[in-house]
Amino acid sequence: MSRLKLFLPLLAFVALAGLLYRGLALDPTALPSARLGSALPNFNLTELHSNELLSPSQMPDGPYLLNVWATWCYSCRVEHAFLRDLSDRGVAIIGLNYKDDRAAALQWLADLGDPYGLTLFDPQGTLGLDLGVYGAPETYVIDQQGAVAYRHVGIVDEQVWERTLSRYWGEP
Amino acid sequence: MLWRGWSRGIRLILGTCVVVLLGLPETHAVIETYEFSSAELEQRYRMLSQELRCPKCQNQNIADSNAPIARDLRAELARQLERGANDEEILAFMVERYGEFVRYRPEVNDQTLVLWIGPWLLLLLGAGIVLRSVRRSGEGPQGDANAITAARGALRKRLHEQETE
Repeated sequence: MSRLKLFLPLLAFVALAGLLYRGLALDPTALPSARLGSALPNFNLTELHSNELLSPSQMPDGPYLLNVWATWCYSCRVEHAFLRDLSDRGVAIIGLNYKDDRAAALQWLADLGDPYGLTLFDPQGTLGLDLGVYGAPETYVIDQQGAVAYRHVGIVDEQVWERTLSRYWGEP
Repeated sequence: MLWRGWSRGIRLILGTCVVVLLGLPETHAVIETYEFSSAELEQRYRMLSQELRCPKCQNQNIADSNAPIARDLRAELARQLERGANDEEILAFMVERYGEFVRYRPEVNDQTLVLWIGPWLLLLLGAGIVLRSVRRSGEGPQGDANAITAARGALRKRLHEQETE
């Protein structure tokens, strides 16, 4: 019995090492949205192209991606091509142009192509704040019920789509 | 004569350093300031901006961070304070959007309980271990001393017996 006790520190070490090793694989910046499971917060924003005033009731039926982007955001440029690709595959994407300049944003879409069914223009970042956006790019999955189902912070690429986002679109 | 010139020179250099350093603005201080209608609001602004955590740069509070989101949250905080919101309302507003994560002192619930009591449990555990080992090490030599006294007594007794034989 007392012999076995001698192994206690070793066991404690193995347990701690296991815990820390698992921690290495976690992403410390991953932060689930505080809005998970609830509907989009209320907003009154204009559409980037048409200037038409939009509110949550005018949003399409889900599932769709709500992609937060801006022309000042370098990573947004990186993910843009993949978003166009997704859009071509029939995934509905709504843009949230976040704290940006309308002319610059329109120019960007003219230059790089427009994957968005419609784009909410949020120059003050009000919807961004209400959604809990803390940087760009961020991408939200809005489900069939119109609720926030998932938030991805950072670039969306094939891997992110395959591993996490695509599951909200059911089996292809 | 030479020494006096040296020391004057050094004093001049040191003095210049002090003046320059005092004149520099605090490098980590945040750029923008808000005008509040009362000193009490300013005090609460300072308190809350130190208690709210920046969601982007996770080891800084919003008072220390230069991230755009921290700037936005400071602006929102100042706006709400001027509007007359109390601390609970402001914290609830932030938590609703950014989760308990945004508070450096999160509410006690089943998710944050381990944060609140974990350190105390570890402290108790450590104190227990220390107490036990101290008690044990106290036991050791004393036990030996008793054994020695007993052995000594037995030897004396035997010597005495031999002498008297």
